[in-house]
Amino acid sequence: MSIDTAPTVSATALDATSGAATRRAILHRLLMTLGPILIALIIAGCILLAVGVDPLAYYGYVLEKGLFSPLGIQQTLSRMAPLLFLAAGLIVAFRAGMWNLGGDGQFLLGAVAAAASAPVLIQFMPGWLALFCAFIIATIVAMIWSLVPALLRAYQGVNEIVTTLMMTFLGTSLANVLVKLVFRDPGTTVPQTRTLPVEDRLPRLFDTTITSGLVLGLITIIIVHLVMTRTAFGLKLRIVGANPRAAVHAGLNVSALTIAVFAISAGLAGLAGAVDIIGVQGNVRADWNPAYGLAVIPAVFLARMNGFAAIGFVFLLSVLSIGGESAARRLGVPNHFTLVLISIVLIVLALAEYVDHRYNQSRKA
Amino acid sequence: MSGLFSDVFLSALLFGAITAAIPLLLAGLGEQMSEKAGVLNIGIEGMMLAGAYLGFVGAFYSGSLWLGFLTGIAGGVAVALIMALLCVRIGLNQIVIGIALTLGVEGLTALLHHFQFSRSYPRLPAADATVIPLLSNIPVIGPAFFKHHMIVYLAVALVFVMSYIYRRTQLGLNLQAAGDKPAALDVAGIDVMKTRTIAVLTTGALAGLGGAYLANVGAGLFIPFITNGAGFLGIVLAMLARGRPVWVLVGALVFGVCLSLTTAMQVAGINMPTDIIQMLPFLAVMAMLVLFGRRASLPAALGIPYERGAR
Repeated sequence: MSIDTAPTVSATALDATSGAATRRAILHRLLMTLGPILIALIIAGCILLAVGVDPLAYYGYVLEKGLFSPLGIQQTLSRMAPLLFLAAGLIVAFRAGMWNLGGDGQFLLGAVAAAASAPVLIQFMPGWLALFCAFIIATIVAMIWSLVPALLRAYQGVNEIVTTLMMTFLGTSLANVLVKLVFRDPGTTVPQTRTLPVEDRLPRLFDTTITSGLVLGLITIIIVHLVMTRTAFGLKLRIVGANPRAAVHAGLNVSALTIAVFAISAGLAGLAGAVDIIGVQGNVRADWNPAYGLAVIPAVFLARMNGFAAIGFVFLLSVLSIGGESAARRLGVPNHFTLVLISIVLIVLALAEYVDHRYNQSRKA
Repeated sequence: MSGLFSDVFLSALLFGAITAAIPLLLAGLGEQMSEKAGVLNIGIEGMMLAGAYLGFVGAFYSGSLWLGFLTGIAGGVAVALIMALLCVRIGLNQIVIGIALTLGVEGLTALLHHFQFSRSYPRLPAADATVIPLLSNIPVIGPAFFKHHMIVYLAVALVFVMSYIYRRTQLGLNLQAAGDKPAALDVAGIDVMKTRTIAVLTTGALAGLGGAYLANVGAGLFIPFITNGAGFLGIVLAMLARGRPVWVLVGALVFGVCLSLTTAMQVAGINMPTDIIQMLPFLAVMAMLVLFGRRASLPAALGIPYERGAR
């Protein structure tokens, strides 16, 4: 990585033509992202040392498996697909000032809906149509799941943080119930849904194992970003987010918009589940809960709800989680260490942003 | 079915309800203080978990439950210290840091547990109960309510201490102001940061104690992710209680009964999948939110970091 050379370049590029200025701005952002990550890796490395694991070996595996090996990078890019959909859903909610923390429940129910419907639909309609229908079903199921928090927030003013968190606990259990009792594959001893054959799943990109869900995810998050920043509908949502009371006075139907925000946000989370199942996993096993949502929430916030920045953070999360899984297997460190790593990265990044902000302010003053 | 509602069963059910309610009560009381002071403390789940782990470690190696409670409090306070530093002093986003802290503690405690205890899964001996004379002789109610560990009675007494603090003391008034109109508190010459820091650290202490009770007395062992959302339930309780500690107690007892019923149903062998039974307490929360959610009131400046002179 070019972390070491970055500071000298940014320091020397003081005489700025406009081209150099934008380049410096990009470099600055890059530095403000990579620097904190390096610091976080050092802190996390100390924890590894403390439990008696060689941090260099661990990070070596993470980089090798998550980034540099052909198979690893393909897995990383495939992992991005569901995370991008989740991030897109969160961008809509957060920009509208609504803390949808129920992404995991919506994700799992979407996943179960897709896993249950796709193998059945595929039997009596063309493959692409079956997958499309499965996506729609997953979206609708997740939307319905978000209806209770949405109505409570829109008409009763009940704080959505609490309701969505509770619905996520319910959703996780309900997904398990559905897998074990309703959609269980009678042909296997392990409780899981019927497996979608590999050839019926979302096509892979070119000659790789990367799912085309990645492309769908990238398109979706960019569309969401543009809708939120460039359209009247996005402006309305942002007004609701900035000041709900002013939004009422501006003649906006805040209740309806609230329900719309929850529906879009949950729908995208449901799609994330569907993409993961139809693109990568093929079925839902009992007690499967990757809990992507909780890690994506702080990442989206650090990206300042910007879709393009979120793509970068999602890539980082994917590298860490794929690489971490493999390093954990080889070094006998439980996979939970990835949680620690992600947590430290998020906190140091948040701190770095604060320091940067203060530095800019003091320079202006 | 007659066996299900025998006296012994009923008092065991109520005993379990109290045991399940105490961690929620402590978490709810802690969160209530944070929220009053304007800090939405999502990291409370992490604080409880840190308390559960360190509380267990302390009690396991020292052999003393009380020392375990102390180390549990220390664990909760340690996480709260980070939260106070980042969210109160520096003013970073409370939800982002809260979630990040929870994730980190989940991972760290699971990691440490793996290296320390995963081969043996050691258990603590059952906690010795403080039997209250006379009252404990009442049939059904006696064994259910008056044969608990001392910390249970202290936790219930804390409800009234908290009520007193909020209603009758300067500190209570300061906390309220820090959440409703921090600028006014600042103008009155009282340090908003300090008031909020006190609140967050108290939350950490109470959550840590709740976690330690959960691991040491409730379960008798530590397993990764043992809190399983108890901290989040504490947030719900604080929100529904509208600033009144007594309502936290009532809410915690209602949940305690739900949680105890779920275990009782499993013990009684009622043929229902555990996943459905596990949903019951959360269904109860949603029902409560649907019924009473409208009346939940939150401080005006909740979740907003205070910056002097900012408009």
